Amino acid sequence: MSTLRTALLNTALTIEEQRPWPRITVDVDTWRQATLAIAAGNATLSGLWAEPGAVHMALLDDEDGALMVLTLATPDGRFPSVGLTHPPAQRFERAIVDLYGFVADGMPDDRLWLDHDRWGVRAPLGSAAFVPADGSAYAFLKAEGPPLHQIAVGPVHAGIIEPGHFRFSANGEIIVRLEERLGYVHKGIEGLLTDTTLEAAAKVVARVSGDSTVAYSLAFARAAEAALGVGVPQRAIWLRALMTELERLANHLGDIGAICNDAAFALMLAHCGMLREEVLRAAKAAFGHRLMMDRIVPGGVTADLHDSGAIKALTAYIRQRFPRLVELYDNTASLQNRTVSTGRLSAGLARRFGAGGPIGRASGRAFDARKAPGYPPYGDLDFKMAVRDAGDVDARIWVRIDEVYESLELIEQIVDRLPPGPIAYPLAPALRERRVPQAGGLANEPRDGATEGLALIESFRGDVLVWLRTDETGRVLRGTVRDPSAFQWPLLEAAIEGNIVADFPLCNKSFNCSYSGHDL
Amino acid sequence: MRRMLLEGLFRRPVTEGTPAVNDAEVDALAERLGVSAKTRLGRSLSIREVDAGSCNGCELEIHALNNSYYDVERFGLRFVASPRHADVLMVTGPVTANMREGLERTYAATPAPKWVVAVGDCGAGCGVFGKSYAVIGAVSDVIPVDLVIPGCPPEPIDMLKGLIGLIEASARG
Ligand code: SF4
Repeated sequence: MSTLRTALLNTALTIEEQRPWPRITVDVDTWRQATLAIAAGNATLSGLWAEPGAVHMALLDDEDGALMVLTLATPDGRFPSVGLTHPPAQRFERAIVDLYGFVADGMPDDRLWLDHDRWGVRAPLGSAAFVPADGSAYAFLKAEGPPLHQIAVGPVHAGIIEPGHFRFSANGEIIVRLEERLGYVHKGIEGLLTDTTLEAAAKVVARVSGDSTVAYSLAFARAAEAALGVGVPQRAIWLRALMTELERLANHLGDIGAICNDAAFALMLAHCGMLREEVLRAAKAAFGHRLMMDRIVPGGVTADLHDSGAIKALTAYIRQRFPRLVELYDNTASLQNRTVSTGRLSAGLARRFGAGGPIGRASGRAFDARKAPGYPPYGDLDFKMAVRDAGDVDARIWVRIDEVYESLELIEQIVDRLPPGPIAYPLAPALRERRVPQAGGLANEPRDGATEGLALIESFRGDVLVWLRTDETGRVLRGTVRDPSAFQWPLLEAAIEGNIVADFPLCNKSFNCSYSGHDL
Repeated sequence: MRRMLLEGLFRRPVTEGTPAVNDAEVDALAERLGVSAKTRLGRSLSIREVDAGSCNGCELEIHALNNSYYDVERFGLRFVASPRHADVLMVTGPVTANMREGLERTYAATPAPKWVVAVGDCGAGCGVFGKSYAVIGAVSDVIPVDLVIPGCPPEPIDMLKGLIGLIEASARG
């Protein structure tokens, strides 16, 4: 894609102040060419969002992890559809249409998506015109033929999970088509990230998807630090990595247990659940909160690790118990019978949708944001990327198992090598100094007083993208977030096709997409 | 597998002791509930969890109630799949506009006597989200709430205390 990058940079109308990757404003032709380039696989679509007057598209280079944001001005509220040539963009586009009232010319699917006709307003972040909040029926795609029947599930599900609607068309036991209807937990996050304080925005971003709160806080902090040009002490960088790995460990352990439980193998859930609980307790002992919420902030972290004993005891305990669970999984034929070859996701689709995390890596997409683009301290740490090719439920379990070991490895290295020093640089003085004009001016003197930052962080579920525009006082003017689930949800529909209805919970759990992270 | 099961038989249980619940709080709760459910429910409650807009952090901790450390079933608390089998709705999240009807219908489908527990700072009062075009408000803005368990998310032990209090109160009521 580096040639594509150069070509795009050459056609840019203007290059905006965005760090660490450029944002360029392009004309309609270049926008169209870029959509064709991603459809041809020359780059991966990593995000698509809007603001009044413009749409933005983030392109990712799978090889080196470099990002680039393309901006198209939309003076008349229209832009050429990306989803027309590149299906992964379709739900993003529908969300943009719902929230901002734009028209995506050529959009193949013009049904409302996040807007369920319940808000009492159309285009809440655009013209915000009042309409009745009556709710509207959703026209599910048709699957027709005499033997087909439909099964409607949700939004309130039978378990302790988030709400969403699944519409199955089945031929006897075999699923012919699954269609998701999401948006039930839409909380208006983009609206909350408009013209607000850094502290308030940090709290909201930490709660986009509670299971990835650490990764989101890290992405937010890195985007804010990039935008504002402020530094972070070494110790904070290492503590941040420690928290992200603890979060990954807890979630992977929980997921491995929960997937097996959905194959009616409750023993794994019981044992993995205990290990997960141990991780959360160690997190609480080390950082004062079981999920480590709000512990990572722009400028550093809010909690220091005073005693690494609990963490060391934790990794030793998991190393002692976990291998036997893995052995149990591997040796239980009745369990493997359910997971092997079930819910297969092809490598082609995983690549096309830029599927992140264990879902992509279980289908051969060797991408991990910790490796590329990479961020400190991972360059100094020794760990392997877990990749498998089978793309079935079993492969997704194995990637998680491998990653449990890698996270243990990382946690031990971090605790052993944790550098001394402060855990945060206070932001306010850093920002004040920045505004003092220096001889010759600052190297990156922002235009209009606004600067932008972008961050891509590997959560347990995949790469999380956060984009922020701040003014020189550190106020957040606009922000957006993109959860890995946004690209993974449509793939669940593909993976389930041809499987039996009874295997849906198993497949769904092996994906474990976030509803809240998708609905925003 | 056999070895693990055997070991489980002889290992000391990891389960937490019963958390102490404040007597005065239980009395106050009993008075608030104001229904004599004792004869009907005995000392057991079936719970249906409803996510009305949460970030899923609260769900993680509600899940933890089922692990071997908290093991809610030993107190007669059971999570059930249908509101029609439930005595208690545990509701999380600020109630989103898109989930309002889902929550109202779930409440309507729950047979009386029924109680509602609003879980988390969001359930209690919208948390960091606040009311907006997309968020209706706290759980109590949509259905009557009997007990609030604050926290972001509340720890399992706090939820356990709240639920045991509810059992006590319903038995006294
Ligand atoms: S209270 Fe906290 S953890 Fe619970 S849903 Fe709200 S933000 Fe998430």
